[in-house]
Amino acid sequence: MAHKRSTIDPSKKWNGPVRQYDLVKEIVIATLVVGFLALSLAALFSSPDEKALTMQSWSIEAPADFAQTAAGELAGTTTSASYGPPYNTNGSGQNIGPVNLGKIAGVRIPIDPAKSFVIEPLSIEPSSAIKAAITQWSSASADQSSKWATSYADALTKDGKVTTLADPTGKFGPVPTLVTGLLGMAQSGALDGALTTRDTPLPTNFTKPLLFLADSGTYFPDKAAAQHLSGDQWGVMNETGSWPGQSWLWLYSLWYQIEPFKSSGNADILVMSLMGVLSLGLIFLPLLPIISRIPYWIPVHRLIWRKWYQRKA
Amino acid sequence: MSNKSSWTGRVRAATLEKFEPEDLLPEVQPAYVASWIYIFGVATLAALIMLVASGLYLTLEGPAWWHTSKVGHYVNSVHLWSVELFFVFMVVHLWGKFWMAAWRGRRLATWITGCLAFFASIITGFTGYIIQTNFDSQWIATQAKDGFNAVGIGAFFNTLNTGQAILLHVSLLPLVLGGIVIWHVILVRRKGVVPPIDEAGE
Repeated sequence: MAHKRSTIDPSKKWNGPVRQYDLVKEIVIATLVVGFLALSLAALFSSPDEKALTMQSWSIEAPADFAQTAAGELAGTTTSASYGPPYNTNGSGQNIGPVNLGKIAGVRIPIDPAKSFVIEPLSIEPSSAIKAAITQWSSASADQSSKWATSYADALTKDGKVTTLADPTGKFGPVPTLVTGLLGMAQSGALDGALTTRDTPLPTNFTKPLLFLADSGTYFPDKAAAQHLSGDQWGVMNETGSWPGQSWLWLYSLWYQIEPFKSSGNADILVMSLMGVLSLGLIFLPLLPIISRIPYWIPVHRLIWRKWYQRKA
Repeated sequence: MSNKSSWTGRVRAATLEKFEPEDLLPEVQPAYVASWIYIFGVATLAALIMLVASGLYLTLEGPAWWHTSKVGHYVNSVHLWSVELFFVFMVVHLWGKFWMAAWRGRRLATWITGCLAFFASIITGFTGYIIQTNFDSQWIATQAKDGFNAVGIGAFFNTLNTGQAILLHVSLLPLVLGGIVIWHVILVRRKGVVPPIDEAGE
């Protein structure tokens, strides 16, 4: 087939044949049709609303998991207790090569889980036993309090089912009293308020209860797995129940399902960096040598403009 | 003509004088503007209108209203389905523009603003998901924090701070997205609709 040079300069104002086109009518009709579609889909399929979890629901439904997590916060062995920036300096965060962006940003949301999740909320309890336990905890050396809490957390985890253990030799120090006190506070509903109202009685920031909840060993992750929201279930892009979620995050979720990201300790920074590069690639796609030529090689445009090409022929 | 020695004159020269009324709101289009693909750009705008309308209704009543009101739950459902439609239309529009190589003819800025609108929509949608004040929002916020924290953004945008996310979702991000979309549409009108790829392959 003989090819001729392009006769269309896309940078010039169009001087060829035109057709009537009512833009205002188009947007009005489109809004009416799309509006009808959205209103109908909402009426037919509604939207999910799984009730939020609370300290109270956690401590009542899974008291052993709550007690283990509380002991872990005192021992400094939970995820948030060893997280690093932006919450504390107890962990190093994630690296990409020699770069640690979390450290560069610094600790801007200071959280000491033992203090923030356990000691501070308990300090409003009137019980003299709890007050004595707090005094004993606060006056002990860091090494001593760590030994008490670690041995108690290990013992609770080993048993797996109880919320308190006898301590005839005193090797757990004040930790059983603190954990039992926090459990009681949570079951009464008082802990939910205590974690959020320290800075203001009208809270909008739920960092403390959510970080504490996220440290849960079974309660929170099991609830998520039951709703197919776990990381290995393409979690973030899913929605509870059978509703569509943020399906547009499929590429972001994909990397977490495959190696080397899946098993990497730096998965988050690697995936975020990769998505950053790919996003820049999309933005500047017209300047990329091979990808920008694909529309010329695979002639989908012949289908899109078939009427125009038929007319030209 | 503008007096370009004044700031006002320079702004007028750089904005209003760049456009003819018939370019901004033309009553005719080139004859090649005749394809199903053109529906998806305007459909994206229509879904955005539905999103803003349902979002404003939710804003007027407050973030927890929809948990206790049947009307509120329905308005929330409209917001959810509008965002699903919005992304479907926008992605088809984006793919369509890729296969049309719509950046041709000095339309790179139009392509770039479209991509920026796509990314701004993803961030806006994400903040919407973490302010649902239900289990889904708790889970997404706690999972997503690790990605933001790993790149240092979490120190400034805390997914667990619901109040911050609400303000971002209903004020700052709609302003950013709205601005980009207006810029994108103005560029489309100013540059015109990209013509077909010629048989010679340009």
